[in-house]
Order: sequence, then structure tokens, then C-alpha cells
Amino acid sequence: MSTVSEQDRQEFRREVSAWLRANKPADPGFLLPQSFMEVGSEQQLEFLREWQYKVWAAGYLGMAWLKQYGGQGLDPGFQSIADQEMRRHAVPICFNVIGLGWAGPLINDIGTEAEKSRYLKGILTGEDIWCQGFSEPDHGSDLGSAQTRAERDGDDYVINGTKIWTTMGNFAKYMILLARTNPAAERKYDGLSFFLAPMQVPGIDPRPIRKLTGEYGFTETFFTDARIPASCLMGEEGEGWKIAMKTLQYERGAEAGAAGGLAFVRIVIDDMIEQLRDVERDGAPVLQDPAVRDQLVQLIMEEKAVVLGDRRAGIAPLTTDYPFSLPLSNKLRFTENTRRMRQLAINLQGADGGLYVGDEGARQGGFWQRAYLNSFSATIGGGTSQVQANIIAEHILGLPK
Amino acid sequence: MSVMGNTALSFSEDQAMILDVARAFCRDKSPIGSVRALLESDTGFDPGVWRQMVDMGWPGMALPEAVGGSGLGMGAVVPVMEAMGKSLLGGPLLGSVLAGQLLWRAADDSAPSDSTRNAVLVALAAGAPAAVAVLDNHDWGASRIRCELGTDNALQGVKQQVMEAAGAEWFVVVAQQAGEPVLALVPAADLVAGARRSHTLIDCTRRAQAIDFSGVRVPEDAVVRGPRVAAALRDFRLLGALLVAAEAGGSAAACLDTTVDYLKTRKQFGRLIGSYQALKHPCVDILVGVDSTRSFVYHAATLLTDGELDREAEVACRMAKAQATETLKYAGDRAIQFHGGMGFTWECDAQLYVRRAQWSQQAFGDAQHHRKRLAQLLLDD
Repeated sequence: MSTVSEQDRQEFRREVSAWLRANKPADPGFLLPQSFMEVGSEQQLEFLREWQYKVWAAGYLGMAWLKQYGGQGLDPGFQSIADQEMRRHAVPICFNVIGLGWAGPLINDIGTEAEKSRYLKGILTGEDIWCQGFSEPDHGSDLGSAQTRAERDGDDYVINGTKIWTTMGNFAKYMILLARTNPAAERKYDGLSFFLAPMQVPGIDPRPIRKLTGEYGFTETFFTDARIPASCLMGEEGEGWKIAMKTLQYERGAEAGAAGGLAFVRIVIDDMIEQLRDVERDGAPVLQDPAVRDQLVQLIMEEKAVVLGDRRAGIAPLTTDYPFSLPLSNKLRFTENTRRMRQLAINLQGADGGLYVGDEGARQGGFWQRAYLNSFSATIGGGTSQVQANIIAEHILGLPK
Repeated sequence: MSVMGNTALSFSEDQAMILDVARAFCRDKSPIGSVRALLESDTGFDPGVWRQMVDMGWPGMALPEAVGGSGLGMGAVVPVMEAMGKSLLGGPLLGSVLAGQLLWRAADDSAPSDSTRNAVLVALAAGAPAAVAVLDNHDWGASRIRCELGTDNALQGVKQQVMEAAGAEWFVVVAQQAGEPVLALVPAADLVAGARRSHTLIDCTRRAQAIDFSGVRVPEDAVVRGPRVAAALRDFRLLGALLVAAEAGGSAAACLDTTVDYLKTRKQFGRLIGSYQALKHPCVDILVGVDSTRSFVYHAATLLTDGELDREAEVACRMAKAQATETLKYAGDRAIQFHGGMGFTWECDAQLYVRRAQWSQQAFGDAQHHRKRLAQLLLDD
């Protein structure tokens, strides 16, 4: 636990809150990404880059990282407070999430001195954008079977293969890359290695994937005889799986060390209810419609059950029946509730529900339409809801495969 | 303010101990064979088991020490009800605890300690079975009280579905006098011959009666009236909803276990049927419902106080009831279906849960009723 005094915390909270009030950017006039997976245009990128730099320069990002690497060397408690205040003030996201949240802490934890000096500061300032090369077109959930090859040739590794769902692959300077150095290894996991790879080399071709929202944010990344320096190897050959699993621990929030900042805009049901206050149905306020009210209360209860479940998960005598059921089902419950809530938000807009981003009559610029379509990234990514249900059925209820 | 409101959830060491003891007791005293043996009995419960519950002090757990209770508050009753629900253990506890709460919460502290009200509370804490006679008709959400207490203190009215009435020594009758709600305390001996009619309930682990109180004259010191009665009636309904929710949550967990056990052993087409996703995924939905129910139930238990329940406690009790009985309904319904032909038989335990679900969803208001009130609380301020 943090050793910072309550007084110091309060003082810091006031300070960061005042800074955010004074520096929160004005509405840029175009839609901003609701998460780091939705940075689709140069315009958005430049805006977010400027914002992240500003947050870092003010001293509110990477606060617990060491000073020589661009941090402040402070207690992590300060960063938590800064993050809470950023959420409360609803400021834009700190977009370089793969660097800030996954690659950065990884390098901090197991990187060499040279790697730390070279990479960490650029992650914080937003100058060096990072992406992740784990998933492949034929190997989504089954990461251990990744086939992208890395062959040692003199002072280089030669990379061949394809990665997919590369967030910001077209903007990134570096990639954390999982590739196969030894196809003959007895266990498929032992043939994998981990690289801190440059993206701007010949033979790497990130092609943007157009999402169902009509926007961009991911690429399919093709490697054709791409040469990267052998010094990009992290750890030893064959340690790739171990390092990738450690990375996923940061990604899932199971291990600390992230630089901080908001990774996504939190949308709660209060936001939805507020946007419905002036909507009418059958000539009366939609929020007075008994059928609608019943649906809204059900969604509120779903969302509240997630919050209360997190509380109960910390109380041992109340978790003995189905141990680990709450943490294991958290993603399923939370992401499905989010999807349903956003879907209902469109449903309840009347004819406006049929409008989309770009129409001047779209409510909040089409925010809910876009948010609903984007919500599938969470019900599919990181293991689909259906796979989650299988896992819960088999691991918690003990049902057969 | 956010519609999420208060999200506190805590569980004391006392509660944890009570939960442990209650679970062990219910498992021991109410195995499924015993539950079945009582289904077609007159009382519906084993008096010997009830005696032991009295000896453990359960009826007086939430009553103050001044009347012989243990002063542990309603938060201590919740784990007991959950454990009873899990083992389908019935009996007078639910009705007696609620009668005690209603009576205690309704009365002015200035009432003389030798009043009938105090004597009844002492008797209840010591294990005298009691029941609240509240329903005038089928509508749990009715705001109008039809049963009248005349100027001569004579009751006029029939009460429906008085829980475990056959063995009750005292009835707390909800009535109105000159437009004001009052509680009339009626000893069982005061009922005239032919006043009782036994109901046939869909949940065969319970018993209830319709009782005609017409003509029963209530002594003045056995009438509770005053400014607190209306609030106490509201809180009684919320506490009833919560206790039924706790019980239903326990039953839903047991129902899920019954279904899952079957899916792990029954083979068709050469494979265990539990391997089919069409059966697996609904089981996960039930598990999520069971988990949500427990979270709501113990969240509500966290917010209960001995004083008048506040808005957050009201929200929590209503959510607990809406969640719990919807979960039990679904769990029971799928339990029948997933047992296939067996599920259609009396022998299959699935029927016990699906029948209980139908009773539980109605008691103290169904899910739509509570969501309607929740909508007012959450959307209209």
C-alpha cells in the first residue's frame, strides 16, 4: 500500500483537478476516439498526441516511472489520483496505450538498461507509438500456434508472416512482436521469441482494416523479408511465450506498472439516461414510457450487479460456493451489459436512432451509434463471449468439454 | 447523482459465522429426502427441527435484547434465510421474524412495557410462532387496506395467504381504522370456528391459510397505532422482499447444482449432454444470475438499519427481490427442460424449485412491481 499521507493526496488531487479544469481541450469539432483502438485518422492522432504530451509535460503521466526514463519516481498512488481526476473531468484518452500500459511496464520490469533508456521516454511523450504483433489471421485465441517466422541471418532477424488486429499499426514506430525462431521445437511454445521491433523498415506493410463503424484503427500487418537488428530480441530465443504471457498480465490489469492515463472513455448508463431526457415517444417523454422504464431498470441492475460483484469478490466467506466465478465471468457480464446498453440507447432515440456519424441531426454526433458498433470489440476481442461462457461452464460448473 | 447510488457491501465475522452454522444445520436437518417426506404432510415442517431453530435463537436474532432477542439486526437473518432456501427448509421462521420486525418498528417507544405488544415481542423472541396477516386480495402492491378495525375495535375482513398460519400463536393483522393504518394483535385462540381455510399452494414446502377475522374484538392495548405504523408497514414489505430474495437465491443455487449434476451424468447420442453448448450456456446465465442475486442480497443486508429504511436501502431490497426471483424462475424453468422426460415427473427434484419459484416471485411483489418502483426512485428525481 501507498505510504503517501492523506493530506498529500488531497493536496495533489486539488492540484491535478485545477490543472485539468484549466487545460481540458475544447471540443475539436470532430469525433474523438472512445478508446485507443479507434484512432483512425491523422487529425485524431495529432490531437491526441498533443494532449498526451501536455499531460506528460505537466507531470501527470508515468509518475511512478523513474526520472531518468521520463518519469517522476513518485509513489504510484499519485498516478491513481491523476487517473481518477482525468476520468472525472472527462478529458481525452492518453492514446499510446500499448506503450504506456503493456510494453512500457514490460521493459521497465525485464528490459536491459539500454532498452529502458532507448524506449521508455518516447512512450510517455507520445513521440514513439507502439503496437502489438501477437494475433495472426489463423491464430486468434490460440496464440501459442503463431506462425510468423523470425530467422537469424548475421546481425539481423528476417521476419516473414502476417499479424492482424494491430492497433495503430499504420502509425506505430515500434511493435512488440511474437515470432517463431525455431519451428522444430518440441513444444510449440518453446519455438517463440519476443522482439522490440522497429516498424519503419522495408518489408513491413501495415494495411488499415476498415471497421464496421466505417473508421480505421487496426491494421493487418504483412512482413515480407523484413530485416530487423538482432539486438531487437528481448531476453533469449525461446523465451517469447513467457514474455508474451507476462505482457498479457499487464493487458488484463493483473499486474501493476502501467504509466497511467485514460485508455478509454467510460460510458455509463447515466450518460444514456441524460441523452434521453428530451426524447419523446407517442407524444410523451420516452422516460415516462412504462415499457422503456422497465428495460432501463433492468440495465441499471445489470451494471450495478457488476460493480457489486467486484465488491463481493473481495469478501472470502461470500465466494466459497463457486470460487473464481466472479472474476472469471466479469468480462462476459461487463461487456455484454455495455453492448446491450448502447443498443438500447439507439433504440430509444426514435427516428434519430437511424442517423449516423456525419448527419448533423444525429444525437451527440452519432456517439451512441458508433459506441454500439464499437462495443463488439470487447465482446469479441480478448476471447468472445461464447468462448467465455464455455470457459465458465467448464472451469466453474465443471461441465464436460 | 449517479443511478448506481450506494454500492457498499460488507459482511461481518458474526454474519460469516451465522452463515456457516446455518448452512451446516440446514444440510443436516433438511436433506432432499426429508424435504420430500414433508411435501404432503399437514404442517409442512418438522416441529423438532423448528424447536432446534428456536433453541439456537433464530426467531429472536433481529429483535432487541430488551425483549429477549439477541440484537444482531436483520443483517443476521439474511444468511439464515439463504441457507434455508438452499436446503428448501421451511417452517415459521420467515413469518415470525417479519411479524417481530413489523411490530417492533411500528410501535412508539413510549408504549408501556407491559403492553400486549411487548408481551407478544417477548413471546416471539422466545420462539412462539407468529404470522402477519397482510393481504386483502391478490395485489401485493395495493395501497389501500380493506380490513377494518371498527370504532368498537372489532375486526372486519378476510386475509389471504397468511403464512404458516396453522401453528401460529399470534397474528399481526394489518387493518385500518378511520383511514389510518393500525396493527391488531390477535391470539390464535380468539379465532372463531370456521374462520380458517387452508390454501393449496403451488410450493408444496409451504403452508398458508385464508383467515376471516370478522367479529374478532381486539383489546385497546393490543392495537398498535400512531405515526410509525405506515413507515413500519413499508419497511416490513421491503424486509419481506429481501428475505424472500435471500431464500430464493439459495434455492436458485441448489437448483443450478441439481441441473449441473444431471448434465454431468446423463448421456445421449454417445456423449454427456452437459457438453452441448445449448445446455451449457443457459447454465452460465443461471450462474451469473445466482452471483448477481447474492451480490444484491448482501448489499441490501449491508444497508439495513434498525431505524426507518432509507432510499438506498429501499433500492437495494427491491433490486434484490427483482433479481432473485427472476433468477429462480429461470433456473427452475430450465431445470425441468434440461431433465427431459424425467423433468416432467413428480420424482424429479426440479419440480420443487420451479414450484417454489412461482410462489417466491409473487411474495412481497413480483419483479415488475419492484422495477416499477425502482424506475420512480432512479429515473424521476
